[in-house]
Amino acid sequence: MPPEPGLCFAASFAPALLDPARSTPELVTGPNGKAADRRYDVYRNNVTVSLIDALAAIYPAVQRITGTDFFRAMARFHVRSNPPTSPLLFEYGRDFPEFIEAYEHAQDMPWLADVARLERAWLDAYHAADAAPLSPARLSAVTPEHLADLVFIPHPAARCLRSDYAAVTIFAANRDNAPVMRIDASTPEDALITRGEFDVAVRRLPPGGAVFARHLLSGRPLGEAAAAALEAASEFDIAANIAGLIEAGAFTSLCCGDPS
Amino acid sequence: MSTIKSAPPAALPLRFATPIGGVAGTSFKPEHLPAILEAKNRRGFFEVHAENYMGAGGPPHRALEAIRRDHPLSLHGVCMSIGGPRPLDKAHLARFRSLVARYQPALVSEHLAWSTHETSFFNDLLPLPYTAATLACVCDHIDQVQEATRRPLLLENPSTYLAFRESSMRETEFIRAVAERTGCGLLLDVNNVFISATNHGYSALDYLADFPLSRVEEIHLAGHAEQADDEGDLLLIDSHDGPVTDAVWKLYEIVIRRRGPVPTLIEWDSKIPDWPVLQAEAAAAQAILDRHHSAVPAGERHAA
Repeated sequence: MPPEPGLCFAASFAPALLDPARSTPELVTGPNGKAADRRYDVYRNNVTVSLIDALAAIYPAVQRITGTDFFRAMARFHVRSNPPTSPLLFEYGRDFPEFIEAYEHAQDMPWLADVARLERAWLDAYHAADAAPLSPARLSAVTPEHLADLVFIPHPAARCLRSDYAAVTIFAANRDNAPVMRIDASTPEDALITRGEFDVAVRRLPPGGAVFARHLLSGRPLGEAAAAALEAASEFDIAANIAGLIEAGAFTSLCCGDPS
Repeated sequence: MSTIKSAPPAALPLRFATPIGGVAGTSFKPEHLPAILEAKNRRGFFEVHAENYMGAGGPPHRALEAIRRDHPLSLHGVCMSIGGPRPLDKAHLARFRSLVARYQPALVSEHLAWSTHETSFFNDLLPLPYTAATLACVCDHIDQVQEATRRPLLLENPSTYLAFRESSMRETEFIRAVAERTGCGLLLDVNNVFISATNHGYSALDYLADFPLSRVEEIHLAGHAEQADDEGDLLLIDSHDGPVTDAVWKLYEIVIRRRGPVPTLIEWDSKIPDWPVLQAEAAAAQAILDRHHSAVPAGERHAA
């Protein structure tokens, strides 16, 4: 629905904000006949810089890896082609990892998009709803014949990501300013992301752990999750992995299969 | 099912939900939380940008709960697009309403500006022309916000860098009409007055003389930066990244002398200093408020 007459100003003002090829909108002016180009540029600059800053705040490890100039140039392209659609800036940049994957100057860092996916998951876990984690005692109380049918309710913050590269190690090494040792990027790594009351934690999962966690987080029963994990990695340790997931706070509750 | 750990609205103490008088406060920045919690019985209030607390849960709410327990809160919306031509974002309005209900702020404010058009959010406070059509639209938006939150909104005057050819009213005239039609209160940003006056070549004192001071329930003070316009003349930028300038302090004291003490906020949103520096700015504002403690508020004169 087009705005009423007299309310077209935003449609004229907005398009040039993120498009440097467009000239200053006709409808604005400086005082007493002064020009408005540099004045309008203040808004262009505020919009572009604040959105690049927003991406830098969401993806600090990516920025540390690429360096600030590389990051801001890459982010500027993304901001111009994909401005936010929500006024909540912590929701911004969900499509930035795919953008990085396709960005021609980042092709020699094939693991960079997965590091970005971890940072995006970290922020989602940070803002996820509050819920008390499952107490380990609840599992101990389950009788052995019911174990295979157990279904776990995921914590709102829990996520599991898989990478063909050492994304977890690279992520962890670049989230602060400590010196980074040489990392072999070619080792595939899987991550479990959880949040207690305060802190988000990112853990590396053992072989089979991601298959197991993904089954449980999507509501599949324990027996099925364990079988899939053992198929993925014959050395998979069911007891250690379920204890690890519970300790990390990946679940809030459990119930005995068959919802009927 | 799981137990939700965050405190439900009624579980929060409701102290300081009422008018707080001539007190100076600061923007709340999470990095200052430990220093703030360490200092007991501090006088003052904290202001937060509403949008930063619109996530479902997690550390931001823990921090705000900790602050709100012992201090009055000012909830400052940045993204409602009250000045935009499009209908308000209903989901955003609902989030804003829930925050007001949950944290029971002493002050609730938004901007005379817009930031969303079509599907794009521009993350800046963009200007609007002052016409009969935009006036009707702004009033309608404020009515909706006040209906949702069931309390008066404080509307903040903008800092602007350019004007619209189609504008047919002065900014003060426009703001006065909005306040009269909607019953909203006003948040007077004295730094914005100084910036706009410089950028548009008018007198800040004339602007203040024309501003409906009796409706002002909160004041903002902040730092600004200097650039140049196309003609090489001074163009001030509302940067919130430094101390309040001497000229703005002088204007502030003039306002307080005439209006009487009202809650005053030091805004500092980028290049954020250590807590003692921010606190010293608030203390400077408090000294001015205390000096005019006995001044008769303009609003009460009108009410009498």
